[in-house]
Amino acid sequence: MPTINEIENEIIEEFTMFEDWNTKYEYIIDIGKELPLIDEKYKTDEYKVSGCQSQVWICTEFKDGKVYFTADSDAIITKGIIALLIMVLSGQKPEDILNADLSFVEKIGMKEHLSINRANGLSAMINRMKAETSKFIK
Amino acid sequence: MPDFDVKKIREDFPILKRFINGKPLIYFDNAATTQKPQYVLDSVDNYYKNLNSNVHRGVHTLSEEATNEYESARESIRKYINAGKSSEIIFVRGTTEAINLVASSFGSEFFNAGDEIIISAIEHHSNIVPWQMLCERKNAKLKVIPVDDGGEILIDEYKKLLTEKTKLVSVVHISNALGTQNPVKEIIQIAHNAGVPVMIDGAQSIQHSKIDVRELDVDFFAFSGHKVYAHTGIGVLYGKESLLNKMPPYHGGGEMIKSVSFEKTIYNDLPYKFEAGTPNIEGPISLKSAFEYIENIGLSKIEQYEDELLEYATNRLSEIKNIRFIGTAKEKKSVVSFLCGDIHPYDTGTILNNLGIAVRTGHHCAEPIMKRFNIPGTVRASFSFYNTKEEIDLLIEGIIKANKMLS
Repeated sequence: MPTINEIENEIIEEFTMFEDWNTKYEYIIDIGKELPLIDEKYKTDEYKVSGCQSQVWICTEFKDGKVYFTADSDAIITKGIIALLIMVLSGQKPEDILNADLSFVEKIGMKEHLSINRANGLSAMINRMKAETSKFIK
Repeated sequence: MPDFDVKKIREDFPILKRFINGKPLIYFDNAATTQKPQYVLDSVDNYYKNLNSNVHRGVHTLSEEATNEYESARESIRKYINAGKSSEIIFVRGTTEAINLVASSFGSEFFNAGDEIIISAIEHHSNIVPWQMLCERKNAKLKVIPVDDGGEILIDEYKKLLTEKTKLVSVVHISNALGTQNPVKEIIQIAHNAGVPVMIDGAQSIQHSKIDVRELDVDFFAFSGHKVYAHTGIGVLYGKESLLNKMPPYHGGGEMIKSVSFEKTIYNDLPYKFEAGTPNIEGPISLKSAFEYIENIGLSKIEQYEDELLEYATNRLSEIKNIRFIGTAKEKKSVVSFLCGDIHPYDTGTILNNLGIAVRTGHHCAEPIMKRFNIPGTVRASFSFYNTKEEIDLLIEGIIKANKMLS
């Protein structure tokens, strides 16, 4: 399993190949389709991330010392953004997830989605993933 | 439209020269806030460079000049909305504060347990929550006028809601989410026939059409400066003197008092009774200059041009196959709210932003009406007189592109 940093670097490299926003967003929309979807029974308020304009649900599971995420959203671009986060964080150790600074978000030019005002609530998603992960640390 | 040189008008708005994501800014979020012409920017600049001083208290020249500017702004604003007296013009931070002021002050004086307030189903949160808070405080009841599928108020249902317990009706003039223009004159008359005063939320009407508070015979009228080309942080509550005089102060502090002792404080007269503390002095100056700017172009020309833009946008949007309009009232102003098939409004808005087009997506701070239509929100384009048909054409191209990318 590659480390968080290694995966981040891979994503950054991938994004440097996109010539314009068009192809970048087409890629994000595409990987949204590969998002490991949350089980329908978890699509409840308990798993919903507030602070997003679209509905976002994230489920966190702990198996053999590693954390796994599944998620869904009713907006395609939001799905793509969560898919990126899951590519980086899912299957990692809780300590590594909590320590991840996720600077790739800025480096691939998606920093605008991080600001508190942004309706997709990327910060809210990261906070939720980290908060849920911290529960697995003894 | 002859006699309306939009190219020249655009020159007045410095921000319209900006590029967003490498594309010339197309600003279609005017219902959220409007851009500021240089004339308005200069008025505030001049205030700080030449007049800045606290008002109503200094014997020195600057304070006197600042006070004169501030009070002459109140008088111009009175004239603009044709209020009877400048003391009926209360400066507040915006529409939201104006409604909170009335809910708090009028509410504490006139509401008792079991009393009722009527609002409509197309209110934004600012004209819902302050009344809910009042209802909690006073154990009063909030009643809601329903709307039809086009987003028009059902007047017959409204009549049925009026009872002897109704203490106030508070409805929006033009819906920020749908663009519906309510028949406020009729709404006011019906309430007055039952002896009930009416508050109108004019946040979306002051910038688009002539407001004459005496012709409307409205009891309270609220609007925000920033939605009518002035700065943020200034708004107006117009209230009939007879009502304002009966209402207790909203905030306590300086300016709103005549004399203070530890035993008893005597409150000031209108409008100062409701203006505690050092006011936002540049706000009214900005608002006055915004009205001057509008009058210079001609409000009726602006209205006619904006109506043309709305009609053009509605027709062009209708060409898009999967378009669903939300809000199809007969009388509408400036706003088109829509969805494209099942595409989430957030996705459409994100793609449009990459094309330099600023639209609003989401529930527009009017969640109940989104629930009424069973949708997560809409894409909203709202127009101002500095927008052009060419920009609307680019919006259509953008939506078609977004649809392709997203479906």
